[in-house]
Amino acid sequence: MNDPHGPHDRPITGHTGPTGPADPTAVLSARGMVKAFGGVRVLNGVSMDVRAREVVVVVGPSGSGKTTFLRCLNHLESIDEGEILVHGRRVGYKDGPDRLVEERPRAIAARRRNIGFVFQRFNLFPHLSALDNVAVAPVKVLGVPKAEAREQAQALLARVGLAHKASSRPSVLSGGQQQRVAIARALAMKPELMLFDEPTSALDPEMVGEVVTVMKELVEDGLTMIVVTHEMGFARSAADRLVMFDQGVILEEGTPEKLMTDPDHQRTRAFLRRIDGHG
Amino acid sequence: MADTSLLADSAQVAGFDWSFFWHYLISPSGTFLEGLWRTVYISVVAQALGVVLGLVIALAQRSRFAVLRWGGGAYVWLIRGTPLLVQLVLVYNGLAAAGVYRFTDVPVGGLVLLGVVQAAVLTLAVNEAAYMAEIIRAALDAIDRGQTEAAQALGMTPSLTMRVVLLPQALRIIVPPLGNEFNLMMKSTSLLSVIGLQEMFLTAQSINSATFKTFEIFLVAACYYLALTTVWSFVQRFIERKLADPGTTPPPGPSLRERLVGGRGGGPAPRGTAVVGKEPTLAGREAS
Repeated sequence: MNDPHGPHDRPITGHTGPTGPADPTAVLSARGMVKAFGGVRVLNGVSMDVRAREVVVVVGPSGSGKTTFLRCLNHLESIDEGEILVHGRRVGYKDGPDRLVEERPRAIAARRRNIGFVFQRFNLFPHLSALDNVAVAPVKVLGVPKAEAREQAQALLARVGLAHKASSRPSVLSGGQQQRVAIARALAMKPELMLFDEPTSALDPEMVGEVVTVMKELVEDGLTMIVVTHEMGFARSAADRLVMFDQGVILEEGTPEKLMTDPDHQRTRAFLRRIDGHG
Repeated sequence: MADTSLLADSAQVAGFDWSFFWHYLISPSGTFLEGLWRTVYISVVAQALGVVLGLVIALAQRSRFAVLRWGGGAYVWLIRGTPLLVQLVLVYNGLAAAGVYRFTDVPVGGLVLLGVVQAAVLTLAVNEAAYMAEIIRAALDAIDRGQTEAAQALGMTPSLTMRVVLLPQALRIIVPPLGNEFNLMMKSTSLLSVIGLQEMFLTAQSINSATFKTFEIFLVAACYYLALTTVWSFVQRFIERKLADPGTTPPPGPSLRERLVGGRGGGPAPRGTAVVGKEPTLAGREAS
């Protein structure tokens, strides 16, 4: 499983990401990720390295595998082949007798602690206040004393501009506010890597800005981020690297400027032109 | 009144004795009150144990270990598939007759815990657990998958996810069918008369044998069962209000009038308080 670059089902014309063994010094190092749902290969050999403080924006047409890729990175989905290292340690799998075997739930949970995940549909806990949504994981998972965790949670809510909503339940918050609470909730675990799965695509247009603003501030603070989004304004101003997914592989990657002005592939040009109009 | 001949000597038929009825309704005898008290505490204890055991069964059914899932499914199948009345007789009389186990009185502090009460509580709890397991399972299934994923992404273990995220949300879904279950439980205790437990129904029957005031005394018993279930319906409503999301308007529950005299405009009773038969699969499907 350490050498995933076997022959592919169909010719790959694009860039296939870094080759060679996974890099344990990178924040994220993925090699040859393959994932099939019922015989359909959604990921067909994806490799990627992400360095500390790097911001990677992933784009691609619907069904290209970008969300599945992100979900595999913290083992919300299992992978069929390949390897994922976060800070040099495998996610979801350990060495078995002759191949990698899936870790037990408790061990997987431990690996997820320092990988933040922001969902398209926020997934806030509806029975908890905004403050408790942010404080619950540090208290229950890390054992931080309650008073301390609530103080930190209050500071995080202030950071996303929602200090005044601390006692509100998610049901009374707007979509943009819910997503900002969800970002604060992920930050509360002090993640080394933050994954954003289309964080603005469930929002009304007028609320996209407030979430993008918060995300740009995280970039300023030097957080390592992988963001699946069609928010080209964010990609242009904040991304170090733009990655174009197509049919389960990385079609090409490069600086946002390069891909937006002079891509190697016609498909990239056509796709980016199409989504940039929608901003 | 011709039917009273089944229970009382037809010579005794003499119309409805209002003074007897009011007397027993307003100042019931000590033995009747004792029967009432047994009905209450057996219901409460059996329901509480049934909820706890039901939770265990529901969790077993969601386990990643196939043996536990199979065991939970088999439990529900077996218990739900046989009548409570048969289970009671099997546990109390059957086990003793076969020489397997005889429930004996146990002194607890200054009181004596009757063998028949032990058998009753055990059987009711075991029976109730099968229904509660289905209710809890359906409630857990009803919670959005994104909740589990959010908890996982924060590094929560499966057990922490269950305790911190899923169960608190399931509780709100569980309470209305749980209310139904407890209502049924209080009435099911009347079945305990077949194993000779002096709860309210058997007490009424004894008074009937002594007085032949069949209609009067069973009407008194019915009034007390109604009083119990009515008090419970207030308690249930209170719990539902407590659990409601303060950010949203409370669910449009039935008014007191609807709760006491039935559904709106004579239509079907409102969901959640509906007088459904003891069919937890029905409640389960509704919840999911």
